[in-house]
Order: sequence, then C-alpha cells, then structure tokens
Amino acid sequence: MSKFKAPIIYQLNNRGLTLLSFVVLASIWCLLSYGGIVKDIFLPTPGAVFSSFGEMHREGILIHYTLASTYRVMVGWALAVITAIPIGMLIGTSRKAEALFEPTVDFARYLPVVALVPLTLLYFGIGDLQKFAVIFLGTFFQLVLLVSDAAAGVPKDLLRAASTLGATKWQSYRMVLIPASLPGIMDSLRITIGWAWTYLVVAEMVAANSGLGYMILRAQRFLAVDRIFAGLIIIGLLGLVTDHLFKLITEKAVPWSEKGGARK
Amino acid sequence: MSKLTLQGAGKVFGEGENSVEALSDIELGIDENELAVIVGPSGCGKSTLLNIVAGLEQASTGSVKMNGAEITGPDAGRGMVFQSYTLFPWLTVQKNVEFGLKIKGIKPGARQETARRYLELVGLTGFEDALPKALSGGMKQRVAIARVMANKPEMLLMDEPFGALDAQTRTQMQELLLSAMEKERTTVLFITHDIDEAVLLADNVYVMSRRPGRIRDKFKIDIPRPRDHRVTVSSEFTSLKKEIMEILWEES
Repeated sequence: MSKFKAPIIYQLNNRGLTLLSFVVLASIWCLLSYGGIVKDIFLPTPGAVFSSFGEMHREGILIHYTLASTYRVMVGWALAVITAIPIGMLIGTSRKAEALFEPTVDFARYLPVVALVPLTLLYFGIGDLQKFAVIFLGTFFQLVLLVSDAAAGVPKDLLRAASTLGATKWQSYRMVLIPASLPGIMDSLRITIGWAWTYLVVAEMVAANSGLGYMILRAQRFLAVDRIFAGLIIIGLLGLVTDHLFKLITEKAVPWSEKGGARK
Repeated sequence: MSKLTLQGAGKVFGEGENSVEALSDIELGIDENELAVIVGPSGCGKSTLLNIVAGLEQASTGSVKMNGAEITGPDAGRGMVFQSYTLFPWLTVQKNVEFGLKIKGIKPGARQETARRYLELVGLTGFEDALPKALSGGMKQRVAIARVMANKPEMLLMDEPFGALDAQTRTQMQELLLSAMEKERTTVLFITHDIDEAVLLADNVYVMSRRPGRIRDKFKIDIPRPRDHRVTVSSEFTSLKKEIMEILWEES
C-alpha cells in the first residue's frame, strides 16, 4: 500500500467541491469579521447580516423589494427576448436584413446603458416602465447579435441536406434552422438574464422607491452595511437560482446538444 | 435520351477582375440507373458540378437538364449525401430517415415502415431511437444514405461521402453502397478523389481536368457485378486504375 494519501480535494465529488467553495468563503468572512481584522463598519459579521434579514422582513420590505426587482427583470428581459429573437434570426439568415439592421444594432450596442438612464428617466419617470426600458436597452441589442450569430452558425450543409430532401425554404426554416439555433439561443438567454440584473440594480440605485438596488443605496446613506451585504446576498442567490434553472431548461429543451460534451 | 444532360455548362464565381472560372464547357450525359463516378484533382470544381446538378447552385452558362427539364433549384428528385455529417442532431435515427417522407406528407405508419426498411438495408436495425451524437462517423453516413434512399430520389448525388472516414470504415461503406445498389438500383452521381473507390463502384468513371474543370475522359468499367473488394486486386482493375492515375498526374 502506498503511503501517499490523496489530498482531500481529490476525494470530493463535484457537489462536495461546490459546498467546499462556499464553506471556504464563509470561513474567511467569519475570520475577518469575528476576528476583528476588518472593522464591522466595512465588513459586518455574518450574525449581523443574518439579523438584518429578520429586521427587513419585519419591516415588510424583504419580500416586497425582492419581488419588485424580480418582476422588473423578468418583464424587461422578456420584452427584449420576444423582440430580439425574430430580428436576430432574420439578420442571421438574410443578407438584406443584415444590411438593414446590423449597423444600427452595432451602434446602439456600444452605447453604455448607464449613459441612457437619464433619458429613460426623462421619458418614463421613475416607475416600473423606466426599469423595463433600462433592462430592455441593455439586453435587446446584445441579444439580437447573439441570436443572429447562433442562426448564422448553423452548418449550411444541414439546410442544403433538407432542401435536397424536398424541404421548401419555409420548411427548412421551421424544421431545421430554428431547432439547430436553439442551443445557441438558450446560451444567449442565460448570459443576458445576468446582465438584466446588473442593469436593474443600476436603474434602481439612480431612482426608485422600491427594489433591491434602492434598498442597497438607502442602506449606504444610513451606513447600514449589514443591509448592503444582505442585498448583495439576495442578488447573488437569485442569480444562482436563475442560472441553475436555465441549465435545467436547456437540458430539457435541447438534450441532443453536443455542447459541454468534454466536461464529464 | 440521357437521364441527366449537361451541355456547355460553366460556372464563374465573382465578377470582373476577381472572378474565378470553376467549370468550363461541361459536356456530360448520364443514363438511367448508371452509377457514374467523377474523379478529378483537388480544386477542379467537381463539388461545384455536383451542387449545380443538385440545384444548390446555378450554372453561369449552358444547360443542365434532368429528364429533359432544366434544373432550377433543389428538390426531392435529387437527394444528396454530403461529406460533412448532415444528420439533424435533434432527431433520432428513425426520425432522420423519416424527414423527407414527412415533408412529402406520408402518413406516420407508412413512413415508419419505410424508414425501418432502409435502416435494415444499411445495417442499422436496433439504432432507431439513438441520437446522432451517439453514432460513429461511419454510422452517421449510413443513416444519411438511408435517409436519402428512403426518399426515393430519381437520382442520388454523393459528394465524397466516405471522405472523412478511416480506411477500414470506408471499405465497409463502399461494399454497403454496392450491395444497396444491387438491391435497389438507381441513378447515382458520385464524386471522389480516390481512384480505387471510383473504379470499384462505377459503371463509368469521368475524369475531370484541373481548373477550370472540364470532363476530359470517360472510362467504361466492365468489371462484372456483383463486385466487392476482391476485384481491386484483379489485373483489369489495376490497369484501369493506372490509366486514370496517369491522367490525373498530368492534371495535378
């Protein structure tokens, strides 16, 4: 028998490794805060953050703000998805549509959304509509490009094979191009919903009267660092859940995809 | 009258100074049930020629006719097997083979039956429910052949279908095609750069010149059928192979 014992990291399965990363992070946090290495005005203790969750819940804002933010992200992002997919498919498959739309989309894509926030406030006020607009502007143009890439990346020979099997243009579109673009589209949805969260928090920090971004900004004014951390944790957890959900949906929607085949 | 006729067919890509003449003055007549193989040096335009026959590209000059009617676009009458793998990855093997039949509006029961028969022909019974990603390269091409044959095209176009396969699989696929053609004869236009493959399969081998491609020579292959790999060592085979090889040497 070998005297060499494998380091613990090799003995863990993937779930164990995930858990380990959280445990390490939490331990560092505990050490820095409870150990008094970092002042609690900069880094609150896990206990303080935990009790701020309780406080906010009693004030009735915890769930209210979380839902308000989630709602804004979902609607703003969904509007972008619904409009960007058809336009992206069109650009990815037609040179004429590409000439018509792509320069405009590229121009808009490079405008930082943050710079558009003042305009959205002017046009839409500080309500939900303005949040939808910010998220839409932040994700729509990127989505168009990602979707058009997914459609343009479908191997031409797949479409040619379909046409020599008797498929008309429309049949190849419906029976080949759309399903073949689906894995790429699912990826772009997963990427852009993350961005949607970022833009929402930006929008809520500039002007809002509810939502997680608003909560974080107010907490900063009152130096309630524990609440800032609580807000960040909620956003992080929501991101984690969304991402997981997307993985599941992708596995269900495109079980045939060969992507990620190298990762075992 | 030939099944397929090309008269003075040419193809030019691009315009003006940047234009490239890929094919020039192609004269070709292929008879019903002929297994025609075109060989040529790489870059001679043989794939372009096949794409034009398929209707995937248009000839710049001359005429390309099947059964006397000008070919204007792709249709189910000329089914194609590509060098790249073109199975639809979201469909099972069975559904891939049914694809063309579904488009034709054939009822599910009948098309399942047809698909099963052709999967049996290519030796893939038992793989009906597999997804393409689970298949080897040779198996994918077998499904592609079954898919196109199930559609009963008047003409089968094959663009180096075994080009991406290893030598052993390739040999198996050539014999599979030979036996499938014994059972269900149809007109085939097959493109390859492999002279052995050409002589083994063909009724007639057409040799193309270098670019711009023309049909330079035609060799009638009289080796009796049914054929299998044993004929590749016969003196008849080797002398034909030598003749074709010498022309290709000149052209490359």
